[in-house]
Amino acid sequence: MKIKNVPQDNSSTYGKMKKAIYASLEDGTIKSISSSGWEVEEVVTRQAIDELEENKKEAYAKVKSGEKSPLYFYMYELRMDLAVLSQSTGFFKWSIKRDFKPEVFAKISKKRLLVYCDVLGKTLEEIKTLPKVENE
Amino acid sequence: MSEFEHRHYAHCESGVMSSMLRYSGLDISEPMIFGLSNALNFAYIPFVKIGGMPLVSYRSIPKSIIKNIQKNLKIQMKLETFSSKKKGEERLDELLSEGRVVGAQSSVYWLEYFPPEISFHFNAHNLLVYGRDEDEYLISDPVFDKSVRCGRKSLLKARFAKGMMAPKGLLYYPVFVPKEIDLKPIIKKNIKKVSKYMLKTPVPIAGLRGIRYLAKSIPKLKYKEKKYAKLFLGNIVRMQEEIGTGGAGFRFMYASFLEEASELFENDKILKDASSLMLEVGDKWRNFALVIAKAIKSKEDIDYKGISEMLKSISEDEARVYKKLLEFK
Repeated sequence: MKIKNVPQDNSSTYGKMKKAIYASLEDGTIKSISSSGWEVEEVVTRQAIDELEENKKEAYAKVKSGEKSPLYFYMYELRMDLAVLSQSTGFFKWSIKRDFKPEVFAKISKKRLLVYCDVLGKTLEEIKTLPKVENE
Repeated sequence: MSEFEHRHYAHCESGVMSSMLRYSGLDISEPMIFGLSNALNFAYIPFVKIGGMPLVSYRSIPKSIIKNIQKNLKIQMKLETFSSKKKGEERLDELLSEGRVVGAQSSVYWLEYFPPEISFHFNAHNLLVYGRDEDEYLISDPVFDKSVRCGRKSLLKARFAKGMMAPKGLLYYPVFVPKEIDLKPIIKKNIKKVSKYMLKTPVPIAGLRGIRYLAKSIPKLKYKEKKYAKLFLGNIVRMQEEIGTGGAGFRFMYASFLEEASELFENDKILKDASSLMLEVGDKWRNFALVIAKAIKSKEDIDYKGISEMLKSISEDEARVYKKLLEFK
């Protein structure tokens, strides 16, 4: 890519950051240059963020309707999935799935709850309930 | 020691190494670090899932740049991981008070200075801590155009995030850096190594075989849900562009390395030609990304066959670069 062709698309997904891209001058010398974004990259990052947001919204609804425990919502709020939560807590996936059941979660041990709190960055109070209005 | 100066790099690990060595008196560019640590690669590992998507990588495994630079340039580095957060935090403060700049591995998600748009759970990020102002660390994060600050709590949480590739508080810093190094033999050796690997690796999921393997799996996406297929394709492009590769999945950065190497060898023609060829390959990767982005946005059927063919053709073009490089003696 020639330096003059390095996209400067002010992508919203760059969050005001700039990225260094390597590109060439006419004589073939290659330099690093700051780019404010590329439309193509914005499409795929946006796609990933939308997917995370959608998961979070669905989780919120499921917790609100009493189908799932608040833990289920906080996992998605923190952009995790079952695999990441399992690796982060050291708990088996199946045992976390049990904690997604409101009746199981209500009787969860304090020790286990504290592990979730630590990993998710929540207090004991916060993790037991849904936030009043959905963030954002 | 002189005042630390922040510089903007394309990639976190090569950026940290370039920055750290420059501060220790050895000025080596980011592309040179990348080339000398034979970090260029390709891997498609369908059975390892990240965020539900198969692992696609355009470079060697995390930490290999640090380790290969240490080995290939005969630099003595100290790498420390910690069993407790407290020890890890105290050690960082101690090293800073000795006037060192310290590399650290961290999660991206818990670093408060990352904008939410790119705040994902990725544990193999690298940054450089060069000072402390009470409870704020002064950080040179290579992928940011300016230096940043990070609160004690946030950095600690990021350094001790758990899960895949957990950093375990990893800190690293050089203890001996030679003042002058004859780069030529190291360049020769590593160009040969990368070229041979890319062309001839016996591992079917890596090198050019990895690219062809991914190409073969794309037509099968038509049997999957369209939403999954789009996320699958989007994930390839994210790994190619979003994670800080300098464009085209490190291919532009490697072209820059070859160009710099050519200068060191009195404008060697083979290296110069290989650099131009690699730039062209990079442009093809960018075009591949463009076609995928269009497919994601479009409501029409996706031309999986066409996307797969593009990828096959890229693997052939890349093969030409490595064959050319093997002519370099």
